[in-house]
Amino acid sequence: MNDQTSKTSKEHFEPVHTNKVGGSPFTGVTGWIDNRLPIIRMFRHEYLDFQVPKSLSYFWSFGGILTICLVLLIVTGISLGMHYKPDANQAFDSVEKIMRDVNFGWLIRYAHMNLASFFFIAVYLHIFRGLYYGSYKEPRELMWLLGIVIFFLMMATAFLGYTLPWGQMSYWGATVITNLFSAVPLVGDFIVTWLWGDYAVGDAALNRFYVLHWLIAFLIVGVVVFHVIALHIVGSNNPSGIEPKDTRDTVSFSPFTTSKDLLAMLVFLLIFVAVMMYAPNYLGHPDNYIPANPMVTPAHIVPEWYFLPFYAILRSIPDKLMGVIAMVSSIAVLGLLPWLDFSKVRSSVFRPIWKQCIFLFVLDFFVLMYIGGAPAEGIYLVIARIGTAFCFAFFFILAPLVSIIEKPLPMPTSIHEFEEWKKQGKIKTIKLFNK
Amino acid sequence: MSEIKNKDKTTRRDFLTTVTATVGAVGVGAAVLPVISQMNPDSSVKALASIEVDLSKVKEGQEITVLWRGKPVFIKRRTKEEIQKAQQTNLKDLKDPQEDKLRVKKGKDEWLVVVGVCTHLGCVPIGGKGDYNGWFCPCHGSHYDTSGRIRKGPAPTNLEVPQYEFVSNDKIKIG
Amino acid sequence: MKSSLFKSSYLFIILFLFSFSNISFSKETNVELLKPSWSFDGFFGKFDRASLQRGYQVYKEVCASCHSMKQLSYRNLGEQGGPEFTEAEVKAIASQYEVLDGPNAEGEMFTRKGKPSDKFKSPYLNENASRAANGGAYPPDMSVLVKARPGGSDYIYSLLMGYEEKVPDNIKLEDGVYYNKYMPGNKIRMAKPLSEGSVSYTDGTKATQEQLSKDVVAFLTWAAEPHLEARKKLGFKSVVYLLILTILVYFVKKKIWLRVEPKV
Repeated sequence: MNDQTSKTSKEHFEPVHTNKVGGSPFTGVTGWIDNRLPIIRMFRHEYLDFQVPKSLSYFWSFGGILTICLVLLIVTGISLGMHYKPDANQAFDSVEKIMRDVNFGWLIRYAHMNLASFFFIAVYLHIFRGLYYGSYKEPRELMWLLGIVIFFLMMATAFLGYTLPWGQMSYWGATVITNLFSAVPLVGDFIVTWLWGDYAVGDAALNRFYVLHWLIAFLIVGVVVFHVIALHIVGSNNPSGIEPKDTRDTVSFSPFTTSKDLLAMLVFLLIFVAVMMYAPNYLGHPDNYIPANPMVTPAHIVPEWYFLPFYAILRSIPDKLMGVIAMVSSIAVLGLLPWLDFSKVRSSVFRPIWKQCIFLFVLDFFVLMYIGGAPAEGIYLVIARIGTAFCFAFFFILAPLVSIIEKPLPMPTSIHEFEEWKKQGKIKTIKLFNK
Repeated sequence: MSEIKNKDKTTRRDFLTTVTATVGAVGVGAAVLPVISQMNPDSSVKALASIEVDLSKVKEGQEITVLWRGKPVFIKRRTKEEIQKAQQTNLKDLKDPQEDKLRVKKGKDEWLVVVGVCTHLGCVPIGGKGDYNGWFCPCHGSHYDTSGRIRKGPAPTNLEVPQYEFVSNDKIKIG
Repeated sequence: MKSSLFKSSYLFIILFLFSFSNISFSKETNVELLKPSWSFDGFFGKFDRASLQRGYQVYKEVCASCHSMKQLSYRNLGEQGGPEFTEAEVKAIASQYEVLDGPNAEGEMFTRKGKPSDKFKSPYLNENASRAANGGAYPPDMSVLVKARPGGSDYIYSLLMGYEEKVPDNIKLEDGVYYNKYMPGNKIRMAKPLSEGSVSYTDGTKATQEQLSKDVVAFLTWAAEPHLEARKKLGFKSVVYLLILTILVYFVKKKIWLRVEPKV
């Protein structure tokens, strides 16, 4: 009896791992590797056969564009890191050495510098796409939240990177931004001193900012991987906001999406290269070519253009702590949007009132950007306060309210019907990014 | 007929794709170039490529070491005996045959200038040691003679003679 | 509906460009800068070698007595895209300077003649010495000065041309302070550095104030951006290349998308 049980248990034995070796659709060396490490299979599944809605506009190319930007930033960053010296006495000179002596150093540094700006341009358009077409809604909430995490990390690493050349704007930007932490009640000053490792921004801070600039850059890569995995689970949203139902609604990722994204990337690269080669310092500030001087603050200290809207929010509030809270929450609140906007319709194409709200929100973004670069006084301060108020009203009042009162337009039942309607002129989409 | 037409179409499309892929590949290659090139010595390093050394204080039999391009350079003022030894060596006994007179400047037999880096794996040999009283590399046991030629051990070639010239009677410019 | 969409999307673009104009806030004076035509402007801009060489002469004979150029080496004067002095000329220029070197074998510092690989010799040992010698004002390092001032080359040129005898009534000048039309705040501690004949050019060019200013600004622009010519050349090539590739990919994409059945 004993014998018998042992025999049956042997027959029923299964190894702990459930994925069996084999099953690869490939043969030869590819098959040998794929049977043991199924990445080739995965790649084909996720990047060649992956089904993508047919109706995607060029707004959907910014994910790919951002990936290219990130790769280029890392490649140029590694190259710069081989020559840069994170030392308060040497940093400025080492950057000048890169610009003068290192082979193609000027090209690599200008590329890195301008890519940061273009990364933000692309990310703002990417976020706008998400807002406009309701990409944050169920089942894509987590992807949206991961995106916000990436945005925070981007801002952190962009700020840290901007301190590295150790010019006047680097130095005073670092001083002002790290001083934001002094707004924390009770332990604020302690935190700031801890961040600096000194009693002012100096050598110690520069050295750790350099390390953190690298660390966060790679953290971004990590979160981007999650962002993309999440995308491949739920699939892409599309201008109609309707989930694909059958093969008439989709195309395979390659060669259709790839060829389209490639075209978009090239146009983006073309604009980037033109700016980098002919106006490399246009998006920067001249004061950053003056070596850091702890004794003199520049007359008009402004952050990089991509921080201006948030800088305006910070300055619009007269209380230090509240200002910091408002600035941080103006971004974090994006994370609540999937639950503040509970309309069942995703795409703004079918939401006449919400569409207007989004355009007002975009307008508000640009107004705040303008105000962020203006002196914090008089009429500018009044506008900044209105802008800040609208920003929060958009999320906490307009989003839920519009979800309730708005009557969506009649909708097609599928993506291919949506395409047909578009052809017949029944639906208007944003012209600039149509395919 | 239609088949031929179809074929025609495919080849044309393939042609366009091939051209595009080729043009794209050229661009990627060109873009990679600066990233590789940035690791080469920069122009400030290249500008420092020559140094001048004053030899007036080096006595006979003495050897000084100077730094050139980040490497030690041995400058030895050889004794008559050492010169003789170096000149009379049978070329057949050498692993990397080279006459002594090709390793020094004409009329300046007493000055031997060699890069002090073992041709085996880059260690710095010790002067006045080894079986041939030239240099001995402690890393893997290579013996060099008084002309800096390899005589015994794993090193494949003689110690390198850098490009140098006498700018005056007791001053040389290396590089 | 349609028009509102259109309007909004154009509004974006306009606002986007508009928001970059914030640079104007950072100028205290709103005086229009002088804008001479520079040979290095534009898509195919190049430096005028003779002008750069004269500019170096102006720097050497006038500016260098107070302003350092720490980032530059004498060898740069012979490099491609710059003044392109010959190798012998660069050596001769460098050897005019006494450079501190050492320690030697005896452990002592010594001075020797400059070499092309040496950095430009600074007029003062350090910033404090320079302040002490200039009544508390620090003549800024000129290596990247053109990039460190809003308006760049035009601004420096305007500043050099902007000294006026007649001081407006509302401006009171202290001792050792001068009126300049283009300096933010209109007060400058540098006396008028260039006037006709400040330098006698070896190539026979007439040394008017305009000429001197233009030459030295061209020199300073090169100093701040020594690879400007290479950048513009490479820029043109890469833009053309990307245009071609974009057009090619456009057609490839179009062909590929023809395969998607033209709707149901």
